[in-house]
Amino acid sequence: MGFREAFDKKDFVVTVEIPPPKGANVVPGIDIAEKILGRVDGVNVTDNQRGIMRMCPLAFSHLLKEMGHNPIMQVCTRDRNRLALQSDILGAGALGIENICIMTGDHPKLGDHPDAKPVFDIDSIQLIKVVRELENGISMAGKKLDGSPRFFVGGVMNPFFEPFELELIKLNKKMGAGAEFFQTQPFFDKESLERFVGQIKGIDTKFLVGISPLKSVKMVNFMNEKVLTRKIPENISKRIESAKDQTEEGVRIAAEFIKNIKDIVKGIHIMPIGIEQYLPYLLDEAEI
Amino acid sequence: MIITKQKNFDELLRMMDGQRSVFIVGCGECATTCRTGGEKEVAEMSLKLAENGKTVTGSVVINAPCLELDTRRVLRQNKNLVDKTEVILVLACGAGVQAVAEAVECSVYPGCDSLFLGNVFRHLYFYEKCSTCGECVIGSYGGICPVTRCSKSLLNGPCGGSVKGMCEVDNKKECIWIAIYDRMKKSNSLDKLAKVLPAKNHSAGTSPGRVINGV
Ligand code: SF4
Ligand code: SF4
Repeated sequence: MGFREAFDKKDFVVTVEIPPPKGANVVPGIDIAEKILGRVDGVNVTDNQRGIMRMCPLAFSHLLKEMGHNPIMQVCTRDRNRLALQSDILGAGALGIENICIMTGDHPKLGDHPDAKPVFDIDSIQLIKVVRELENGISMAGKKLDGSPRFFVGGVMNPFFEPFELELIKLNKKMGAGAEFFQTQPFFDKESLERFVGQIKGIDTKFLVGISPLKSVKMVNFMNEKVLTRKIPENISKRIESAKDQTEEGVRIAAEFIKNIKDIVKGIHIMPIGIEQYLPYLLDEAEI
Repeated sequence: MIITKQKNFDELLRMMDGQRSVFIVGCGECATTCRTGGEKEVAEMSLKLAENGKTVTGSVVINAPCLELDTRRVLRQNKNLVDKTEVILVLACGAGVQAVAEAVECSVYPGCDSLFLGNVFRHLYFYEKCSTCGECVIGSYGGICPVTRCSKSLLNGPCGGSVKGMCEVDNKKECIWIAIYDRMKKSNSLDKLAKVLPAKNHSAGTSPGRVINGV
């Protein structure tokens, strides 16, 4: 079953994120992918996530596709101009990659090559539009193409962005440009999620809400200080802090959360930042 | 105006390694306002170079070194001193340094790093608001420039990474997209933002720029 089909046929859609390797060794990543084959509806392959250089998502998506997964190739606009983006996306089409998820990407200053030239030639909304035009056989420059690809195109959104009206304007623009599904930043408590479900009521698109198992108390503190506008609830950080194995506890908490929200959302997107090896355990615990 | 900051003094000494005699050129406009190349800074630099074993043959603050004809004239007037000099150190922006370099034959070194085209908020507070992109689009953004003031030059809305209204790239800078939103909301023009705005025409700002107005 393809990723797009899963939305029609399943009550609960699950995608996970596996980054390409930092280096040429694909074995550990492929190993994890093998263990979850048949249990998830799509695998996001990140694109130099957080500005940290890794293998290109095109190659890793291709390997996942060959083993029977539905790769969702992430494409960010940070590193490539409009020529490079279009040619890579045409390449993805030729390799049978059916799903892409488009985003701006973190600034290189925050990554491991802070001296790099930030490209940001076009933005995520413009790129979504461009992909839709490629499907019509027309390049961004208006030139006719010989053969056109087909994709299931998605984007990302931040449910915690303030002012939320501005985030909604952007979401609407992405939908208008042709995005069909959205993966969100992670939620850590049901209350925020319920509020979000209320806020997006009536918006005609497909949402996969973000879930991130927390690796350690250190990570909780980092997320609270640097990343999140809505803090991780204290009872969660306390549970992780007092656990014998903090990572396992973090994974169990995420699994409980998933079971707890299954009935209020259509699907989830699991981002196990740095602890991908725990994915099979997480799926077991969440009864997926 | 062009905002500059003086280079680290050790870097200057490294550039001049093996060369002894130095003539200093300052700038009476932007570098004076920035306090990087006015009369006072030129005098301080002369002193410091002398303390570090250099022979300062002379100095001059040119009104605006980027006015090339003036710069040639002033350097001609100082020909006696310049001819005795191995190095000219220019405390001005890169445009000023190059105007000097084109007027003489000795080594010419930049004493400053050129940062941006800046607005003066108040004395010594400089902010970049325009990066001279060649095709001004701020009519679509309530008169606020996302090309320059959003760290990612996003034209269709924020990246979503701002924390407490500040930019994800530098928490000392505001996320300009929130300012654009606020302003357009106040003027009842949010509908303008709801449209997908086109990609930037980067060919309009291709360097090097060359304009001959009125010819
Ligand atoms: S759009 Fe271009 S010309 Fe207009 S303010 Fe911004 S950088 Fe300057
Ligand atoms: S946080 Fe705001 S200003 Fe900074 S890159 Fe994102 S949208 Fe641009």
